[in-house]
Amino acid sequence: MAERVSIRHADFDLSAEVAALRAGDGGVGAVAAFVGTVRDRSSGREIGRMELEHYPGMTEAAIEAMIDAAMVRFELRAARVVHRVGVLEPLDQIVLVAVASAHRGQAFQACEFLMDYLKTQAPLWKKEATPEGARWVDARVADDAALARWGITAGNG
Amino acid sequence: MKIQVRYFASLREALGPAEAVEVPEGSTLHDLRDLLVQRSPLHAGALGRERAVRCALDQRLCSEGTVLGDGAEVAFFPPVTGG
Repeated sequence: MAERVSIRHADFDLSAEVAALRAGDGGVGAVAAFVGTVRDRSSGREIGRMELEHYPGMTEAAIEAMIDAAMVRFELRAARVVHRVGVLEPLDQIVLVAVASAHRGQAFQACEFLMDYLKTQAPLWKKEATPEGARWVDARVADDAALARWGITAGNG
Repeated sequence: MKIQVRYFASLREALGPAEAVEVPEGSTLHDLRDLLVQRSPLHAGALGRERAVRCALDQRLCSEGTVLGDGAEVAFFPPVTGG
């Protein structure tokens, strides 16, 4: 099986990732993918570049555990998460979550589940450059609420 | 016993990437945080109880009630903001 989690600076190619995800598996009837990108505004302010930090080893292990949970819960056939770290610019791709399952309902749900989980439980931190200087991004209560919909208490914010 | 403490994001900027700490047998993460707060005003500012801080023991998220073992790797960091 291909590597499920990649934390790295290098960009990713959605088409290539999806092709690899379902390669040779005739049981796949649905693929859902989410791509998060860097905006040029945040809380009404202009954003320049962004810097992403992670906890090498733990970040990968945490996301692996989330994928394990999603595989069982949504009967996935395959899943892949790529998260970029280091310096990123507005419009850059930042995160990919792609899942493959037999039917679309499971794929849509698993994709959202993994993003909700990752946002509040994966050790990753964003620092944004603003006209007033660089600042660490605050966690959002709405992200905890999104994960709570799946019956998981986050307690991140 | 000896604990290796690591910091990330804003805590790393304030306190550096890592430090070694000696704690009594049977200490919890809560005890360790209290002990660190005593180390310096910088520690108090970064790890004080008024700050939202999350922690991991041996690279797994955990609550502060968790008991530490010798040689453990503990990490303190702010709420996560990836995705």
